[in-house]
Amino acid sequence: MKNVLILILKRSGASLITVFIISVIIFIGVELLPGDVAQTVLGQSATPETVEAFRKELKLDLPPHIRYGAWLNDFIHGDFGNSLANGRPVSELIGWRFANTLFLALSTAAIAIPLAILLGMLAAFYRNTLFDKLISTTTLSFISFPEFFVAYILISLLSVKFNIFPSLAIIDEDMGLGSKLYAILLPSLTLTCVVTAHMMRQTRAAIINVLASAYIEMAEIKGIKRLRIIVHHAFPNSLSPVINVIAINLAYLVVGVVIVEVVFVYPGLGQLLVDSVAKRDLPVVQASGLIFSIAYIFLNLSADILSMLSNPKLRQSQI
Amino acid sequence: MNNLLEIKNLYIEGFYEERWHPIVRDISLDLKRGEVLGLIGESGAGKSTIGLAAMGYARQGCRIVSGSINLEGIQLFDATEEDLRLVRGSKIAYVAQSAAASFNPSHRVIKQYVEAPVHHGVMSYKEAEKEAIEIYRRLFLPTPEKIGYRYPHELSGGQLQRAMVAMAMSCKPDIIVFDEPTTALDVTTQIEVLAAVKEITEKMNKAALYITHDLAVVAQVAHRIMVLRNGRLVEEGETRTLIKKPKEKYTRELLNVRALRETKAITDKMDVILEVEDVAATYTGHENVLEDIDLVVRKGRTVALVGESGSGKSTLARVITGLLPAIHGSITFLGKELPGSLKKRKKEDLRKMQMIYQMPDTALNPKQTVRKVIGRPLQFYFGIKGKKAEERIKDLLRKIELDPDIYIDRLTTELSGGEKQRICIARALAAEPDLVICDEVTSALDQLVAEGILDLLQDLQNKTDMAYLFITHDLATVKAIADKIVIMLEGKIIEQGEKKKVLAPPYHEYTDKLLASVPEMDPDWLDNLLNERASTFI
Amino acid sequence: MLKLLRQSPLSARIGMGIVLLNCLVAIFAPLIAPYGETSVVGDVWEGFCAQFYFGTDHIGRDLFTRMVFGARNTIVLAFITTVLSFGFGSFLGFIAAVKGGWTDQIVSRVVDIIMAFPTLIFALMILSVLGSSIPTLIFTIALLDSTRVYRLSRAVAMDIEVMEFVEAAKLRGEGLWWIIRHEILPNAMPPLVAEFGLRFCFVFLFIASLSFLGLGLQPPLADWGGMVKENAGAITFGIYTPLIPAAAIAFLTVGVNLIVDWFLHLSSGLHE
Repeated sequence: MKNVLILILKRSGASLITVFIISVIIFIGVELLPGDVAQTVLGQSATPETVEAFRKELKLDLPPHIRYGAWLNDFIHGDFGNSLANGRPVSELIGWRFANTLFLALSTAAIAIPLAILLGMLAAFYRNTLFDKLISTTTLSFISFPEFFVAYILISLLSVKFNIFPSLAIIDEDMGLGSKLYAILLPSLTLTCVVTAHMMRQTRAAIINVLASAYIEMAEIKGIKRLRIIVHHAFPNSLSPVINVIAINLAYLVVGVVIVEVVFVYPGLGQLLVDSVAKRDLPVVQASGLIFSIAYIFLNLSADILSMLSNPKLRQSQI
Repeated sequence: MNNLLEIKNLYIEGFYEERWHPIVRDISLDLKRGEVLGLIGESGAGKSTIGLAAMGYARQGCRIVSGSINLEGIQLFDATEEDLRLVRGSKIAYVAQSAAASFNPSHRVIKQYVEAPVHHGVMSYKEAEKEAIEIYRRLFLPTPEKIGYRYPHELSGGQLQRAMVAMAMSCKPDIIVFDEPTTALDVTTQIEVLAAVKEITEKMNKAALYITHDLAVVAQVAHRIMVLRNGRLVEEGETRTLIKKPKEKYTRELLNVRALRETKAITDKMDVILEVEDVAATYTGHENVLEDIDLVVRKGRTVALVGESGSGKSTLARVITGLLPAIHGSITFLGKELPGSLKKRKKEDLRKMQMIYQMPDTALNPKQTVRKVIGRPLQFYFGIKGKKAEERIKDLLRKIELDPDIYIDRLTTELSGGEKQRICIARALAAEPDLVICDEVTSALDQLVAEGILDLLQDLQNKTDMAYLFITHDLATVKAIADKIVIMLEGKIIEQGEKKKVLAPPYHEYTDKLLASVPEMDPDWLDNLLNERASTFI
Repeated sequence: MLKLLRQSPLSARIGMGIVLLNCLVAIFAPLIAPYGETSVVGDVWEGFCAQFYFGTDHIGRDLFTRMVFGARNTIVLAFITTVLSFGFGSFLGFIAAVKGGWTDQIVSRVVDIIMAFPTLIFALMILSVLGSSIPTLIFTIALLDSTRVYRLSRAVAMDIEVMEFVEAAKLRGEGLWWIIRHEILPNAMPPLVAEFGLRFCFVFLFIASLSFLGLGLQPPLADWGGMVKENAGAITFGIYTPLIPAAAIAFLTVGVNLIVDWFLHLSSGLHE
């Protein structure tokens, strides 16, 4: 157990360092803006006084490492600066949008992960059957489809043709959980299709790999029942690779969420990020980019830790 | 006559190269209670396939076509999956070659022992656990009460193999199939497993099929032996008769492997090709895997470097070739001290020291033709190209006894294992070396093929006066070809000298143990050895 | 090669047909298109008819014409980006695998950091700083994508590098380039060719997504992702115009994936 603990600590430490480096990169990225940030943002027509005032506001007159320190300190304390577009505090803009994105992502993960594992297992056990081929073809198509294609097909079918779900996922803070879930059903379904397809294919491959091991053959030769072989011998050893697969595919969730939010005009962090990039509203881009990256690193970290805990080779008897 | 197992006219096919090929043809055998039948043959003989078929099992890509498999009155050939499942593990059990891969890494060893008896309803969990400890004790496993509660990766190879023999016994089956249970082990560990097999077959009176490629090993445990080749029966007989009076030529060849060759005397006056002095090496930086290594290789002679896995013999080869620079000590080659690192060595020095590897499959680039493999050193070292190169390549192919017109444009993947190893020799030969390092060059080959390679190497040495540094774990090979022997243990040389001195009394303690562990063709060898050990123990 | 094609399964043939069709359209775009790329020729969102095969778009341009030119712009852009990403990534991957040591450590850590960002987020941030232009787009995506190529080619090269035939070449005294060119590359080809197909799909979808977000190719250049965005409003009126470019994107990626699947199946040596 001690070994595992050290491994986990090491892995967490590495993540922390990565977060730090990423914050530096994001900060430098803005520094690298060709020419003067203030000038670029305000445009050529701005008077020198406005530019100077703006420089002060962005603290551009201070040396970079001090500005980085101040920026990071503010960030940790939840002060992300003010939006260049409308002057409002970034934290105010981000707050509930982040919660919305998290809500959408988590409810999708809650459907997609179990579904992907189930389908992947079934396809692996019944490999090369009609069922397997059907599933493989379907998932291959979904992998090839851009997210917005899936989204528009769902919209034109379920909301335009049959009028079951709203085509826009509009939610506000006062809505109850039920109506919120109803509102995000289409975006969530879109994401589920895409994410499940990726996860399922790799889960299938991971389990087929385990089923080909010598110890599975040994269990068959020992005359163990098929169901028990699957549950007792294949499953514990598949956990670690399958968790890895899920971790890798969470990337599709993070990317997909941005596009789906735009399609459904969902008030989330992704939508905000895309808008701000178009408007070159740098403080918002910085903050939401960093939050996305931290969330992503955290997801990967937790998956890695779970994968370590389920790796039998790291287990030790207490003798 | 009461046969436990009767197989009649068995045919099995395997699916490869897009169609079904016969891999076992018309094999019949029977097995009585308390009897051990040895199945012996080279790779491709179909022996493992027969062993599994005895349980009504065919691997993926194989199918049992026809024949009858009668196990204690149950016909397995056309039995349902459920009937087969009830028989497997309970009436007939299997011990695989690689215990490390055959144990589920997720569960404790004893849990995997208990699984079969509990699920076949033979006994309760508690009873099975108790029996397991008892059997672990009988199979000489250390701390039998505790060892089962470990995970497979916490046991050594030899322990795991014995734990698997124990696991096969868990339902008290009448027959056990041993499939090369000692092949992956060192000789000294092999003895432990063989002793365990003997314990089961003799003292517990079980019938067994013992599958191996090593006639000396099977002679120790089997009452009867069947010699197989390409899925067909070559010869069958009582162990002692078969060994003393083999009828077939193929059996005689198997018996004659590693016949002794001439040993050449070594004198101090002969030219020194390689001298290693006081060398130490490390992979990690703090723990030395090699220490105090001194050895001399002389012109036209063969020095055999012997040791078990982990003894550092292959590491020494890496140090000599410059892949792993030594932390101190010197390597003198043809009178000049070589730089430690490969990159600093001169092309001419690299040319004069060539290497041949254990696995001919990975030693040759699968995307290259024989022409390119052999032609490259000619071009690289001597600048020979075009027509002249073709002449030289053909010449080299003739030297390694392959027909140049057939082989020169073949891809290396289109060659057999023995042919590949010959091409590796030709590649080394093309550089016209003074020293060839042979790293376990025969271990991955079938015995008769290996024999041919040893003959070729010997022949080439006589013609060209090359020196060989021959690395191996196999003492029989050493006896066959070495002029001088260097024995390594845990990174140190513990004894070295001319062959006749090292292999004659008084022995060094470890050398004695090594020598005593190599099975001899005498069926009484194991019994004598175990008795001897028991008496010295008392 | 011909024999291999004749043995190919139906799915792979369909895939090859799709890719071929797309390539032909892209190459002969000016000959096929009935109108100019940016000329307004009809009303807004006209239906399918003999004059406008796919109807018209949100400002009355012929959608079929836009689709044909879109094929050209999008495929060429994605292809250039993939080639760049592939060359860069596999070059570094091979060097890291063969040289090992510090070279490997440094490149691998940098790649780790880049990969710790979600790709789209990283791309969005770069584009917000540098603005969206075709060269920026190509280099940004190539850089991000090359990290994946790097990982794969390094892993593949590592597997080959431990083989004894590479060691034999090193012991012979061969240089780094010879080893990469003659020993590693020929053996790394099958997985890398398959990966090229996958990376092309990824890059193609990625560019489409950026264009869809309004940050890829800029109007009035025709581009499938952008065309979906421009016409997105139509969907709520029950007009399927935006589905046509979206389907075209899906169509091409399915085609490439079908070929890749067949190729992976071939090179894995599984014939069951």
